[in-house]
Amino acid sequence: MLEHYLSLAVKAMFVENMALAFFLGMCSFLAVSRQVKTAVGLGGAVIFVLMITVPMNNLIYAHLLSPGAMAWLHPSLAAYDLSFLGFLSYIGTIAAMVQIVEMVLDRFAPPLHAALGIFLPLIAVNCAILGASLFMVERSYTLAESAVFGLGSGVGWALAVIALAGIRERLRYSNPPEGLRGLGLTFMLVGLMALGFMAFAGVQL
Amino acid sequence: MAKTRDALIDPLFNNNPIALQVLGICSALAVTTRMDTALVMSAAVVVVTMCSNFFVSALRNQIPTNIRIIVQLTIIASLVIVVDQVLKAYLFELSKQLTVFVGLIITNCIIMGRAEAYAMQNPPGMSLIDGLGNGLGYGAILMITAFVRELLGSGTVFGTTVLPLASEAGWYTPNGLMVLSPAAFFIIGLLIWALRSWKRDQVESE
Repeated sequence: MLEHYLSLAVKAMFVENMALAFFLGMCSFLAVSRQVKTAVGLGGAVIFVLMITVPMNNLIYAHLLSPGAMAWLHPSLAAYDLSFLGFLSYIGTIAAMVQIVEMVLDRFAPPLHAALGIFLPLIAVNCAILGASLFMVERSYTLAESAVFGLGSGVGWALAVIALAGIRERLRYSNPPEGLRGLGLTFMLVGLMALGFMAFAGVQL
Repeated sequence: MAKTRDALIDPLFNNNPIALQVLGICSALAVTTRMDTALVMSAAVVVVTMCSNFFVSALRNQIPTNIRIIVQLTIIASLVIVVDQVLKAYLFELSKQLTVFVGLIITNCIIMGRAEAYAMQNPPGMSLIDGLGNGLGYGAILMITAFVRELLGSGTVFGTTVLPLASEAGWYTPNGLMVLSPAAFFIIGLLIWALRSWKRDQVESE
């Protein structure tokens, strides 16, 4: 049983890395990877939010949206299938959770809030967060599985963004062709990193 | 008239959402292994960007500033649900292949970015044109990438064989890298390089 969860986490972290295999969260991935320090902050915030929102959306899907899920409220509701409301509910949950997390951190953990502060609002529109919830529904994970999957994909995304930031800090001393400077070179780099991460394909525990 | 034309043409090359504004790369790359999925994706994004720009702009004087993000997200999410349902009804096979990426149009930064940067300040008509232009600029990059990847990766264009494969008694040995994810990054990187060598003012300063 434990092996199943471990293999799920490793798969989400490396084999199916959100950023490098599915291109999710690319906008902030490219924008916030200039410095290792900010990359660590954003990475932490993404792990945190993914860990909360994926199981949360799993509960919403399983008990409110999936076909016949509302039977526990009243037998007459068993015929309803609200799964078409999925997108709206997931993004609403994510936006609300991000807001709540921000307020809770501000109240109870000010140092952490100061570190993650500016990144939290950005995260509501990070595709990696919504993407993880959509993958969770598509692959019909259970509650425990979705918690592990959320944590794993968050860690994988954070690893990728920190690694890219490390490389980009060094690249400041390089002298690429003019047109390639900045964005173009970053794309090439991410491509090479994705190639590296493909070595994990087929890893199983 | 010139202003309308600029709003439409500018995002194609001079101010391309992907190549210069770095927006909306997220859901873009994973659908470019084949041209038909890329075309459907581009069309969906064009429709959503146009409509969301139009509605956000029409409501711009009613939306309170401090909750504008959630209002914009709700408008966009509702439009994406409509697009998703239409795709499921009429193009079921393709919508299966696009999997979660249709849903991810919601968090496509182009749409939020244009709603925030353009539609909140401009009248509905112009915002509609701006949405169309930016959607097309995004679609252009998507189609070029998909063309290169499908042609070199499997020797076809829109599923029709152009380069007969060696495995099917032709002469072309497909480049396996092209169908994998790193190829998309390389192609976009090269595209940006080409665009910036042509339009030198887009080169980033140190």
